[in-house]
Amino acid sequence: MIESSFVRTALRIVSGGVLLFLYLPLVVLAIYAFNPSRTLAWPPTGITMDWWVQAVNNPRIIEAFWTSMLAGLGATTVALVLGTLAALAVQRYDFFGKETISFIVILPIALPGVVTGIALSSTFRTVAFDFGLMTVIIGHATFCVVIAYNNVIARLRRLPRSPEEASTDLGADTFTTFRRITLPAMRTALLAGALLAFALSFDEVIVTNFTAGPGTETIPLWILGAIQRPNELPVVNVVALALILLSVVPVYFAQRISEEAGGVAR
Amino acid sequence: MVLIYLGSLAILLLNAFWDKDAFSGRVIPFDWTLEAFQTLFTVEVYRTIAIRTVSIAVLVTLTDILLAFPIAYYMARVASPGKRRLLVVAVLMPLWASYLVKIYAWRTILQGNGLLDSVLAPLGIAGPGLNEVAGSWLVLSYLWLPYMILPIYAGLERIPNSLLEASSDLGARAGSTFRRVVLPLVLPAVVAGSIFTFSLSLGDYITPDLISDSKFIGNVIYDNSALGNFPLAAAYSLLPIAIIVVYLLIARRFGAFASL
Repeated sequence: MIESSFVRTALRIVSGGVLLFLYLPLVVLAIYAFNPSRTLAWPPTGITMDWWVQAVNNPRIIEAFWTSMLAGLGATTVALVLGTLAALAVQRYDFFGKETISFIVILPIALPGVVTGIALSSTFRTVAFDFGLMTVIIGHATFCVVIAYNNVIARLRRLPRSPEEASTDLGADTFTTFRRITLPAMRTALLAGALLAFALSFDEVIVTNFTAGPGTETIPLWILGAIQRPNELPVVNVVALALILLSVVPVYFAQRISEEAGGVAR
Repeated sequence: MVLIYLGSLAILLLNAFWDKDAFSGRVIPFDWTLEAFQTLFTVEVYRTIAIRTVSIAVLVTLTDILLAFPIAYYMARVASPGKRRLLVVAVLMPLWASYLVKIYAWRTILQGNGLLDSVLAPLGIAGPGLNEVAGSWLVLSYLWLPYMILPIYAGLERIPNSLLEASSDLGARAGSTFRRVVLPLVLPAVVAGSIFTFSLSLGDYITPDLISDSKFIGNVIYDNSALGNFPLAAAYSLLPIAIIVVYLLIARRFGAFASL
């Protein structure tokens, strides 16, 4: 260690400050979720569970929740299938335009969501595709594919080819080899990819805003709308805190997966 | 079969761009591309907004590098293995929390009579409220900070201890070891992190919308497409695309893609 004790102490203090910065807004939100006052003035005036009761009894929120679940599941499924196939193709075969694909596939993540959103919405409009849950799923799938692809290709790069070759030598056809050798080896990568893809989709607001029809409302879209309506703010606080608490679940599982796989599940 | 899937994926992506142009052609059958671009180049407000967006994106990136470096360094080189695992989770957690929720949380803090105002009140200062561009800078820096911490942490962790020991054995002091060994080695990771902070800030329109009055490129694109002025929105969206493609190409030169 070359760091002097002064440097180490300074680093510790600054790191503490950065962590505080990262968590302060979340803590403030948690406090507001139990605040009986209708306004967001600081300090809160007391403790109440009323807004939680209102939130679970709000049919719009419940419906938005299920829409978000469906969109997330749909986008994740599409992403896993396409992402895995693309990763297999890029990793296993040489073909024209291979280099380009690895660049193209990062674009939906690097390009602003607003660009993806407008590109998709004008495509849907041009081909007269009805805006609704389906368009949301397609929109989300564009960036979820990247997540699945990245996870799978990272795993494939580390996998030895010999078990597959052995399987082929023993007379298994391509599909059997894939099902019994390659797929089990990719399992944790697929799980991690699915978790991340689902979480991203559940949370997405920019592309959703462009691709959702008037009758389709996900949780983030509901929040976006409700923020503009002052009398709904207390319920927004509750939903926001619930979302934060829900986000602990994927982090926990992702951590478990990465420990199990002995690698980074990112 | 794989190729078919890939092909359709590529076509889907291409389609997104083709149709947009075809569509803008259809909206204004006469004079189809130049009009939108002319508006963009002649109306000063669009230039102001572009400059504002890019400057904030750069500022956010610099802020995040400054904030991320100490904690990443602490995680990679000072903290014990147990603490390190905990810290990685602690940094990851806010990343998984909803983007919109985080912006909303800042809205509650920044707004008049919010937490910030009540903390600053004894000092006789008022917070920025919800109409200063500084608010966007703060919130964007907050949102993308973990995207900077994690690559820098990974980059620092990859530096073998022996290199640093060799440097100090050769008589370099801590400061010059840091400058001449650590910094060059971690640069690709910093650039990798900056891809996220820069491009995510550049394209954001929800934060500027909810936190301040100052519009970003994304707001113009969104507002115009909501108003049905697709050619202008599409033309303006070419600007962030161009900037980001250039940025990615530069980043690739730094070897940042390997650190992603």
